Formats: sequence, C-alpha cells, structure tokens
Amino acid sequence: MSLRNYSIALSIVIALVLQIMPMPAIADLYRPDWVLLVLSYWALALPNRVNVGVAFFTGLILDILLGTSMGVHSFAMCLCIYVLAANHKRLRNYSVWQQSIIIGIMAALYNLVIFWVQHLLTDIYFLLDYLWPVASSMVIWPWLFWLLRKIRRQLRLN
Amino acid sequence: MNLMFSSGPSLPNRLALGLLLSVALILFDHKFDGFGTTRVYLNSLVSPLQYLANLPGQLLNASASRFVSHERLFDDNAKLTHDAMVMNGQLQRLTFLQEENDRLRSLLNSPVQDNTRKVVAELMAVDNNPYSHQIVINKGAINGVFEGQPVLDDKGIVGQIMQVSSTNSRVLLIADVTHAIPVRVARNNVRLIVSGSGSLNELLIQHVAHSSDLKIGDILISSGLGNIFPEGYPVATITSIIRDESRPFPQIRAKPIAQLDRLKYLLLLWSERTSEDKQAVKEIIPK
Repeated sequence: MSLRNYSIALSIVIALVLQIMPMPAIADLYRPDWVLLVLSYWALALPNRVNVGVAFFTGLILDILLGTSMGVHSFAMCLCIYVLAANHKRLRNYSVWQQSIIIGIMAALYNLVIFWVQHLLTDIYFLLDYLWPVASSMVIWPWLFWLLRKIRRQLRLN
Repeated sequence: MNLMFSSGPSLPNRLALGLLLSVALILFDHKFDGFGTTRVYLNSLVSPLQYLANLPGQLLNASASRFVSHERLFDDNAKLTHDAMVMNGQLQRLTFLQEENDRLRSLLNSPVQDNTRKVVAELMAVDNNPYSHQIVINKGAINGVFEGQPVLDDKGIVGQIMQVSSTNSRVLLIADVTHAIPVRVARNNVRLIVSGSGSLNELLIQHVAHSSDLKIGDILISSGLGNIFPEGYPVATITSIIRDESRPFPQIRAKPIAQLDRLKYLLLLWSERTSEDKQAVKEIIPK
C-alpha cells in the first residue's frame, strides 16, 4: 500500500510547508516549530525509521527553504532528535502533558542552538520574542500527538 | 520485534556524523561561499514546496477578488484612471527634463545616465526566519534575474537579490543586519552608509563625524557608489540623531521609505550596462 510507505515522508513535507507558509506578521511570531514537532513524534514512536539521519536531511531542506547557511538547521535538528531517540523508551511512558514539557525544552534548545550558530556567523541580537515558538509548540504538541498516533495506528506503521 | 538499529552505525555515531557534516557544511557555505551555483539548483529543487505554501494565500486572494463589489471596482477604476492621467502628465515633463539633463551632462563631459529596464515581480513568501529579513519573489533565472540586482517598491529601495533559483528568487531587505547601502543626503550630498538594524522599520547610520551636517527629516537617496544600486532612488529618512559628545560617533537612526512590512508588488531593475555585460540574459519585454 503506497500511503503506508509514504505517510511519514508526507507528514514531514506537510510540516515543511506549514513552516514556510506566509502568515500575517502577528501570527508569524507564534508559529510553532512544525518540522521539529513532527520529527519528534516519529523519533519517539518509530525511532528505527526516523532518527538522526532523517533529521539531518530535513534540516538541510529547511536551510534551503529559509535561506540560512547550509547546516544551521540540520545541526540543531540532529541534536534534538538524538536526545529524543536515545530516550524514547522512557519518554513514551510519560503522559502527554509531561511530554509536552519535554518538547518545550527541546524546542527551546532547538531555537537557542540556531540562534547561537547564527550569532557566530552574523552579529544578530537576542530578543525574547524569539522564544514564542517554544510556548506555541508546547500547546500544539498534545493535539499533534493525538493526530499522528491516530494516523500511525490506522496505517499500522512500524 | 524490530531491533532499533538493525543496520548502519549506532545512534551516537550517527549524531557525531550528522553534527560533523553540519559544521563542515556551515564552514563550507559561510566562510568559503562554496554553494555559489549549487544553491540555484537546490533552490529550484525545493521551489515546489514554496509554491505549495503560497497556495492558500493565493486562493484566498482569488476568492476575495471574485467577490469585490461592482461599486468598489468602479471606484478603483476611476482612481486608477485619474492616477494614470496625473502620472502621464508628469512623465511628459520627465522626458523633457531627462533630455535636458543628458545634454547638460554631455556639456560637462560627465557620463550620461543609463536607461534602466524594469520588470514587476510579485511577493511569494516572507521568510519566518526571525534572524534575517528576506522575502521570496516570483521571478527567477529564466526571467533574467541575477545576484546583486536592485529591488524597489513604488516608494523606494527594498533590497537586493541574494539567491536566484530558476523560477523564483530571494531578496535580502535593506533592514537585514548583514546589509548596508551607500547613500547621500539629498539636501547637501553628504555621503553615508546606511546599514540594517534587524528591525523592519529602522536603519542605522554608523561611523559619522559629530560635525557632519545632518538633520532630522533629511532624505537619504542611493549614491550609486558600490555599483549595486543605481543612483538617485530614495532609501530612508533620518528619524533621530543623538549627539552625545562622550561617544566617538553620534547615534543616528533612519526609517526606510519603502514599506518593508507591506510589500506586494516589487520592481526589478536592469541597467543597460549590466545587460551588456550579461549577454546571456534573455530579452525581457516589460508589459
């Protein structure tokens, strides 16, 4: 069945599109890190299929889409997905709300690593506004978790 | 049961490999600018995703324009006809002035200003990367867009082309922290360099002597030095000057004249000289 084989890739593509979709300036500030969230789910649920390798290539695509230096997003993405994939057995047993806090920490790490790398390359300044995606990612996580788990169970992905 | 990593390197090894590769890519891309031409192909490769992301907005616009009332259309039409009349009137005067200017310039033995060719481009996407100000427009290498090309809106200079892909390209805005543009004050020709501040409606003017003759409200126009931006297009107006003598330089802030936060239609410029340089560039007929 073709949908079964491509459903993970499809979900990542949808996340990429959501990540770059033009939005009004006010909503733009609170845009969750869609790609990180979707990759996190798959890294927790199916770490044998989605782990550091997928994170690296998805990060590269994100670099091209966002016009940053090649490697910036892939660096941060590899780091976060590694932490999740390495601890997936423990994290799976947490309740969704506890997971949401872990995801928040990961999103903070992701955004800060990207900021630090960019800061080394160009002289940008830190604004606390840059951390809004952490909050919105935490809020979105339970709903995304529920949706992706439903898809995974429906399609019996493993 | 699936073993977690039945084949390939273990998880920490993968992480090390991924991080090393990323660092190598960052160095290669940023320090040595190693992706010059490859970026064009990479950008073209991912442009379907950009078109996909742009689709909902376009559909919304299309349905909105479908439901515009008759009255509104009549009003718009009347306003546009009026604008066209006024502008055509000014244009008559402009051609006369341009001829006169060219004649005077040739009398002074200074080079006659180049004609520029213009093409209208439309905004495709605004980047949500908070650390840099870039936009994507719907004209690319097949339209003859090249790296470093100046981009304007109807008020003033917006930025320059940073990366080209086959059907769209990326514009670096003048408000980006990595961007600077040579300008002069329209009032007294003092030369300055305006650099981006990272905030969309603020530009910085650094390293200017305390004694330089600048006032709040001065209009800064591009000076044409640096050979990227053509001469004489408005860039910014000075909004604040803090002359603190204990500091080496005064703190001067300016506001871009182009409305960087509400861009929709943009103008790409080709000066005749650059098109002579680039014979390969296809002929473009402006509508």
